[in-house]
Amino acid sequence: MNWITNYVRPRINSIFSRREVPENLWTKCDECGTMLFHREISDNLFVCSNCSHHMAITPRERFDALFDGGIYVDVPVPDPVADPLHFRDQKKYPDRMKAAQKKTGEKEAMLVGEGEIGRTPIVAAAQDFGFMGGSMSMFVGNAIIAAAERAVELNRPLVLFSAAGGARMQEGILGLMQMPRTTIAVQMLKEAGLPYIVVLTHPTTGGVTASYAMLGDVQIAEPNALIGFAGARVIEQTIREKLPEGFQRAEYLLEHGMLDRVTDRRHLRDELVTIIRMLMGMTPPVQGDLPAPEDTPQLAEAPADKPKK
Amino acid sequence: MTHYLDFEKPLAEIEGKAEELRTMARTNEDMDIEAEAKALDTKADAMLIDLYKKLTPWRKCQVARHPERPHCKNYIDALFTEYTPLAGDRNFADDHAVMGGIARFHDKPVVVIGHEKGNDTQSRITHNFGMARPEGYRKAIRLMDLADRFRLPVITLVDTPGAYPGKGAEERGQSEAIARSTEKCLQIGVPLISVVIGEGGSGGAVAFATANRVAMLEHSVYSVISPEGCASILWKDAEKMREAAEALRLTAQDLHSLGVIDRIIPEPSGGAHRHAKQAIAEVGKTIQALLAGLSDKSPEALIRDRRKKFMSMGKRGLEI
Ligand SMILES: [Zn+2]
Repeated sequence: MNWITNYVRPRINSIFSRREVPENLWTKCDECGTMLFHREISDNLFVCSNCSHHMAITPRERFDALFDGGIYVDVPVPDPVADPLHFRDQKKYPDRMKAAQKKTGEKEAMLVGEGEIGRTPIVAAAQDFGFMGGSMSMFVGNAIIAAAERAVELNRPLVLFSAAGGARMQEGILGLMQMPRTTIAVQMLKEAGLPYIVVLTHPTTGGVTASYAMLGDVQIAEPNALIGFAGARVIEQTIREKLPEGFQRAEYLLEHGMLDRVTDRRHLRDELVTIIRMLMGMTPPVQGDLPAPEDTPQLAEAPADKPKK
Repeated sequence: MTHYLDFEKPLAEIEGKAEELRTMARTNEDMDIEAEAKALDTKADAMLIDLYKKLTPWRKCQVARHPERPHCKNYIDALFTEYTPLAGDRNFADDHAVMGGIARFHDKPVVVIGHEKGNDTQSRITHNFGMARPEGYRKAIRLMDLADRFRLPVITLVDTPGAYPGKGAEERGQSEAIARSTEKCLQIGVPLISVVIGEGGSGGAVAFATANRVAMLEHSVYSVISPEGCASILWKDAEKMREAAEALRLTAQDLHSLGVIDRIIPEPSGGAHRHAKQAIAEVGKTIQALLAGLSDKSPEALIRDRRKKFMSMGKRGLEI
């Protein structure tokens, strides 16, 4: 590892990683059926401009839009033991991993970055539902711990975007053990007096909701996101009745007192800045466009060449 | 009448034959069957030992779910004195899937909490088959708080297929309740010992088993998902539960070698359900030993110990 790969590359990555998509590519909104220009959706944060349906957004796309100027530095995550159970169903776990890596271009289901949003320094973690259903693996647990440790080190809040079907079955009990491990990460933030803000995105279920995704100081969800512990089908089979319209959706949870807010993705960044600055005792955010920062000192200070413990 | 599991069928035949002979002899005094019946007994014993020596992971799941396996209530009755149940979450209801209260363990006051499955149709319904709703976890949180305030060690007995998948349970925050219970386990400054006595079903088990020391009975299981659930997702066929049980590494032996649990408690030959008293006594001995090992730790040291245990988990895989 050298200065170029540690310092420059993450930065360049973040600026130029926007997926190069042909101009003429059309995408159909799976909610209202409207045909949308890919460029148009991507500029609209993958929210349908016709019906406001929130489509999936990758962690990198989210970070590009979230951080000031799309600039952030990846926080390194320690690698866990690979395939600890030598798990095999119809496919071998390492083969499923390789397929997921190829599909997403990412190493694992959680991305951690540090940077500024509205000139407010934060650490952010985002779960990738496209990577094996975002499932909570040992890596995901390590990522959340690394994010919390980095936030404590830099005295910054942690914003976590959750998206997962639960714990990763292929890691068996070790996947499940990420519930207590990530709970410890949340405790570190609380002990340091730092805000931990969870943004629940579609879908967040199972062991993930039953651990770090429900322990935030502030719980925000994206509109219509599916959030729950048990799957709707399992519940219907158990109670032998049909579940009501909107069951386990963000708005339903808000009504039942399980969330603080449901916020449109297009307003989320401003809202996060407002909330964080108040909780951190900072001055109100500057409204409107900020001038480009002359320097980004937090990047220069980031000891990216030092591996995390 | 003994409840036989499918793989115990050959055993059922032999034991049935011995029983039949003895019944016949009771009505016909001229018959001398004792030698023959004894031979069958010996054969049955050998078969039982043989069957239980090499239980497959799926068979262990079956044993762990055996309807006659001793449940939480049996352990509390046998191992604790002055058990005083404390009910309710002070918010919505008392969840009968979780029992708990204050009691004495070897004369020392403790808090005991566990999932109870029930042992007949009526009690199984009452206890909701050991599947807790949010109120059950919130009751546990309340009891752990009580233990923390009065410096009482906490003993949890885990035996649940999982948290209850219900409409109301979701509406009242099943996930949040489990998350808070796990969080509470990590916060209390008193020794926390957990024993998986039957089924450790996913998050519903973690909520009680985030302990300083975790022990499992020899034929109990602890898993991220039930083998049936895993099979239907990964194999797209719930009938592939044997394969799933194998792949998930959910036995006490697997968890011990992965460094997830601290102790395996031996079961009597033929499983805890055949000799409940003996199994319960073994669990009692283990709890006592594990508690003794933590007795001189300060509240801070206990919290640190628990954190360290879970933070260092997953540093190794199975060596095969
Ligand atoms: Zn639309």
